[in-house]
Amino acid sequence: MTLTLNDVTLTYPDGDASRLTALDAVTLSVAAGELAAVVGPSGSGKSSLLAVAATLVTPDSGVVLVDGTETGTLSRAEKAELRRDRIGIVFQQPNLLASLTAAEQLQVMAHLSGRKPREVRARALELLDAVGLADKAGRRPHQLSGGQRQRINIARALMNEPAVMLVDEPTSALDHERGAAVLDLLSGLTRERGVATVLVTHDRSHLEVADRVVRMEDGRLGAMSPSGV
Amino acid sequence: MFRGASATSLVHMFVAWRDLRFAKGRFALMGTVVVLITLLVGLLSGLTAGLARDNTVAVTSLPADRLAFAAPPDGQEVSFTNSSVGESAWRDWAKQPGVDSAEPIGIRTVNGWAGDRTVAVAAFGVEPGAKIAPASGDLGPGKVVLSTKAAEELNLAAGDTVRLGDVEETVAAVEGGAMYSHQPVVWTSLDDWQKLGHSGTSTEEQATVVALKGSADWAAGDKATETRSVPLGDSLAALASYQAENGSLQLMRGFLFAISALVVGAFFTVWTIQRSGDIAVLKALGASTPYLLKDALGQAVVLLTLGTLLGTALATLLGASIGGAVPFVLEAATLLVPALVMIALGIVGAALSIRRITAVDPLTALGSAR
Repeated sequence: MTLTLNDVTLTYPDGDASRLTALDAVTLSVAAGELAAVVGPSGSGKSSLLAVAATLVTPDSGVVLVDGTETGTLSRAEKAELRRDRIGIVFQQPNLLASLTAAEQLQVMAHLSGRKPREVRARALELLDAVGLADKAGRRPHQLSGGQRQRINIARALMNEPAVMLVDEPTSALDHERGAAVLDLLSGLTRERGVATVLVTHDRSHLEVADRVVRMEDGRLGAMSPSGV
Repeated sequence: MFRGASATSLVHMFVAWRDLRFAKGRFALMGTVVVLITLLVGLLSGLTAGLARDNTVAVTSLPADRLAFAAPPDGQEVSFTNSSVGESAWRDWAKQPGVDSAEPIGIRTVNGWAGDRTVAVAAFGVEPGAKIAPASGDLGPGKVVLSTKAAEELNLAAGDTVRLGDVEETVAAVEGGAMYSHQPVVWTSLDDWQKLGHSGTSTEEQATVVALKGSADWAAGDKATETRSVPLGDSLAALASYQAENGSLQLMRGFLFAISALVVGAFFTVWTIQRSGDIAVLKALGASTPYLLKDALGQAVVLLTLGTLLGTALATLLGASIGGAVPFVLEAATLLVPALVMIALGIVGAALSIRRITAVDPLTALGSAR
């Protein structure tokens, strides 16, 4: 499995002495080329799951394996490196940098890894083409629509050829049609590029694109359901 | 697997360059502030050096190692104004082992008259032939050497007549650019200098200081001659007008440096706060904190360097154009050194501001918080 969470528990301080359980003994494995959707209401722990898998939060207990690396023992710098090289994050809001063009949004990922942006321009353009934005390479975020920004968000996540892609509510700011298109795109790229993708969402529509759907409630993962349930 | 370790060693910027171009209005505004402060600092530095030169060049250019003043009362410092040394002092200094030369110098401010012109001048009385004055071989009874500024202000040339106080003198030569206390220097013989003012009750010939050259036991010499000798550079402290003037100008310059560091720091504090969302995203995407700090600091260095260079260039042009009208020194020490200090202090200000990058939590990039 490319991404494995094994018996992961995460709690947050809640008041003076008590703690709120965000993740309660969560176990989840996602294989390369598989798209797993985690659905649940707001506050169910979906974002915490994503944060733990992205190494942005250290769980109280349990094991998180990303592409074979156990994240619990990594330093902060090593976690940053893991995110840079092995994890792609698709944010809920596109979170594009205002001063960068569409191509540069992707090239910056290479720069973070110590490579020259010029050397990876071809790959950036190829990814923009893959998300249907080849002709928008020179546009800045304010010159793009919401759907186009979200596509760049996805392309950026794939720039460093990650093993794992973590996708946070990618359709929340899009209309029904554009949301469906983005999920189709994610599904296609997951299989085409052999990435283990975890998609968290509260929106149950279009989940037929997922290989499986997992329900999350009160920090616990429910029974796995076949795609589209 | 962790090949990205080299990312922390990157010195080139990516996002920062593009931010500079994208937010050019904001950076142009800040750059203009840096240009103006640098211009002000450059002009003030040139003016400070120019005023200092006009105040002290007659002293600092003396070919001497030390100046011996009349020993002041206990608890007081030596002073050009209050110092008066008798002939025995310089005769005794000349006898001290290790002293190569001990030349008396009388310093007095008098009015110089030539035709319808009256100019306050600093009369420097020296022994004719003493190697501490320009064209000193031309000095003698009734013969003076004018500095070029004195000759210019009095409209005199060699062979003309000038009246110093009540004494009529002939201009033997015009040489040197000596200034003292913002007054042009007129070199006279020590004998004539005695006639320019009251010598008090002493029967001895008097002077203001003794210019000493050599490597002697200065403390022993001070004791033997009842004087206090100080290194030439330190003797400027005995010039009250210089101390007050230079102190005020240096204080202003110091404040400008501090203000520039604070302004740059404030700008980058606000800029970093505004960028904190982008910083969180970059961190979440895997940017290391050193990478982000270098990127931000590089941006500050570019802004400061460009602003300071432009400000210095403007100060140079302005200094060159006003140099004849006001005392202004246009040289590396008065332009490049302040520029480097500006950049260095600006970087310190920026560095203190952008360190808040370390506190940005990448977790904030997740969710709909942005």
